[in-house]
Amino acid sequence: MTVSPTSDDAVLVVPVFNEAAVIAEVVTAARAAFAVVVCVDDGSTDGSAALAQAAGATVVRHPFNLGQGAALQTGVRYVLDATPAAYLVTFDADGQHQVADAVAMARHARQHELAVVFGSRFLDDRTRPGGLRRLLLKSAVWLTNQQTGMRLSDAHNGLRVIRRDAAMRLDLRANRMAHATEIVLQLGRTRLPWQEYPVHVLYTDYSRAKGQSLMNAVNVLLDSILK
Amino acid sequence: MLDQPLIKLILVVAIIGVTVMLNRSTAGARHEAVRRLMLVAFVVLALVAVLFPPFLTSVAQAVGVGRGADLLLYGLTVTFLGYVAASYRRLRQMEHQVTVLAREVALQHPRPPRDGSEDG
Repeated sequence: MTVSPTSDDAVLVVPVFNEAAVIAEVVTAARAAFAVVVCVDDGSTDGSAALAQAAGATVVRHPFNLGQGAALQTGVRYVLDATPAAYLVTFDADGQHQVADAVAMARHARQHELAVVFGSRFLDDRTRPGGLRRLLLKSAVWLTNQQTGMRLSDAHNGLRVIRRDAAMRLDLRANRMAHATEIVLQLGRTRLPWQEYPVHVLYTDYSRAKGQSLMNAVNVLLDSILK
Repeated sequence: MLDQPLIKLILVVAIIGVTVMLNRSTAGARHEAVRRLMLVAFVVLALVAVLFPPFLTSVAQAVGVGRGADLLLYGLTVTFLGYVAASYRRLRQMEHQVTVLAREVALQHPRPPRDGSEDG
């Protein structure tokens, strides 16, 4: 798959924790479209950091595992401190997101002068989560909306475009799963313009086994409640 | 006061031991002062309860509890919950500090792509 390269004003931020099986492939695909790909290695023990580095990513490495929220915040800090990028795009490491979607979302943000673009798997019918998973995700969506006062059609979708001014207002403190609610809350509070954008979430066997298991949907739901 | 001298001695020693252990950690001045005052009150109450059990029972009955031992159990439950809450807060705070520290360490040493095609 070829994607027309974007200008380097968008940096991809990929939190990585023990993704050695897929990280090289994901980074290589991403580098075809993004000049700078930052992998925040969250204390992986399987050599993910070296693989990402070899595949063309800049790697920032936590000395030990802190959780995805902490990794995202580290990525945000890196982009703000070390790059002049106008946008940062958060992207999952397990291969469930499409680089083409990330490119399209960054373009959408530029064209419509949006500070935030949230990826949503429920805006079109490309993504087909199974019945129970869909129910759990939808419950999490509803709860997140109650908590944040936003009206999103998807929750806990790792694909987001965040403009520099919005990123500067982020201060994620919830290290574990609850950061997905926290990030929506904090971005909403900036009162900067945002939109959702339809994306295709690919439930591969790997991503299913890794994170997007039904049990993880339960975690997502409980995190939304307990915060 | 001097009946059952053994158990009283054991309990008094245990209370003093806990007091010394609790007193060794340090925190902010105001916080520390409040904690010490509460500790003194705790020691006095504990000594009274050990040395004069009828006093504890009369206090218990005054507040509608049958026996002093029951009052003690209730007090302990409440104190334990307070301890859980306080240590949870401290743990969260420490976790945040560790996160910030680890992030600074990580950002000190970003590793550029190894294929050399990146100017970082």
